[in-house]
Amino acid sequence: MREIHADTIISAVEKLFIDANINLSQNVIDAINGAIAKEESTAGKEVLMELIKNAEIAKEERLPICQDTGIAVTFVEIGQDVHITGGNLYDAISEGMRGAYKKGYLRKSCCNPFTRKNTGDNTPPIIHTKIVPGDRLKITAMPKGGGSENCGEVRMLTPAEGKEGVKYFVLDMVKKGGPNPCPPIIVGVGIGGNLETSAQLSKEALMVPLGVRNSDPEIAAFETEMLNEINKAGIGPQGYGGSVTALDVHIEMMPCHIASLPVAVNIQCHAHRIKEVTL
Amino acid sequence: MEIKKIAIPLNDDIIKELKTGQKVFLSGYIYTARDTAHKRFIDALKEGMELPFNMKNQVIYYCGPSPAPPGKIIGACGPTTSSRMDVYTPQLLSLGLKGMIGKGKRSPVVKEVMKRHKAVYFGATGGAGALLSQSVVSSEIVAYEDLGPEAVVKLEVRDMPLFVINDIYGNDLYEIGMEHYRK
Repeated sequence: MREIHADTIISAVEKLFIDANINLSQNVIDAINGAIAKEESTAGKEVLMELIKNAEIAKEERLPICQDTGIAVTFVEIGQDVHITGGNLYDAISEGMRGAYKKGYLRKSCCNPFTRKNTGDNTPPIIHTKIVPGDRLKITAMPKGGGSENCGEVRMLTPAEGKEGVKYFVLDMVKKGGPNPCPPIIVGVGIGGNLETSAQLSKEALMVPLGVRNSDPEIAAFETEMLNEINKAGIGPQGYGGSVTALDVHIEMMPCHIASLPVAVNIQCHAHRIKEVTL
Repeated sequence: MEIKKIAIPLNDDIIKELKTGQKVFLSGYIYTARDTAHKRFIDALKEGMELPFNMKNQVIYYCGPSPAPPGKIIGACGPTTSSRMDVYTPQLLSLGLKGMIGKGKRSPVVKEVMKRHKAVYFGATGGAGALLSQSVVSSEIVAYEDLGPEAVVKLEVRDMPLFVINDIYGNDLYEIGMEHYRK
């Protein structure tokens, strides 16, 4: 049994959400620089160069990369041998996130779905937990903006629709989104499980570093195929037309019911903010 | 890429020179307003009440900035998705609104009314909130302070980098661009 105090969690989460919002990761910067080299359109190249400059300014001035500092999506991998002391895990994450959004001058973007009254402190975070072997606690902060999130969907395809159906669905979502999710986008696809698990898988897919393929060769080939198909659509950076619409596509798959083919598409914008720490 | 410098007020002489796909540097006063502010504008008009500012010849920026850190005029201030304001826009265009800055497609109705009233729609780069904040020289809340980030704020901008998306000739950068690069 390894003890981890709630205060350690609070402090780690606070640092993560500020860091994620201000410092674009090198993995994403490299992908955008790669896109500049590939992009055929002048306007598209201009936009991509603005994004690189933006990342530099955000880091220097300690400003958020984007004013939509997102809803606080948090993934926690809890080692089976971890014992959290001094408080409740969810409260600790909330407290840490609240601190980040206050001290980091991040935007509070959570509200009541009907009255639209702002919750005032960006709570509640959206917390996904997984129990894993070992005695470590891994926390991943992925603040997620509303624009890209609004362009996602879950569909219960029929088994007959198959892989072609999945391909059509993904392309349909990318084309319907067009400029709205702030291309160049990253596409997370979750296939299998149930309605809710396919959605979860599609968000987990977004945690895979850009440029990394699925360990299953068939799924990896499908990821590459989807990326090429998406980039043929010509939407381009900010939808102004161009050859780079998506920086990457990640697919996560698990078995599903014999009567179903659940598929979720979760779109992420180029401000792909993701930071992790292992306690 | 050649960049055209333009300043508010956007009179017809300036507007007619703007062509879809051009990059511009905009200077002058603009007003931020998004979902809830727009709803309040329309509700005010329905009640016969005055708007927080006269729409004639003005430019609205669909933006809800992040809080300004100490010593800074504004936080990150990139655009939000414009289509959510489409339903409120035709009425504001009829009152003389000349420009809108945001991101994403406008509806066919909005594009038609824009053409009729000779107004232009500009794109600010989504997610370039820190870069865009550097164009802001001053910031003053003019209405709806209770809305926090959704308040109406008068911003003075200098050389704000924008792309012309919809010009007054019926061109749409999203359509032209995708058509040109689709394989």
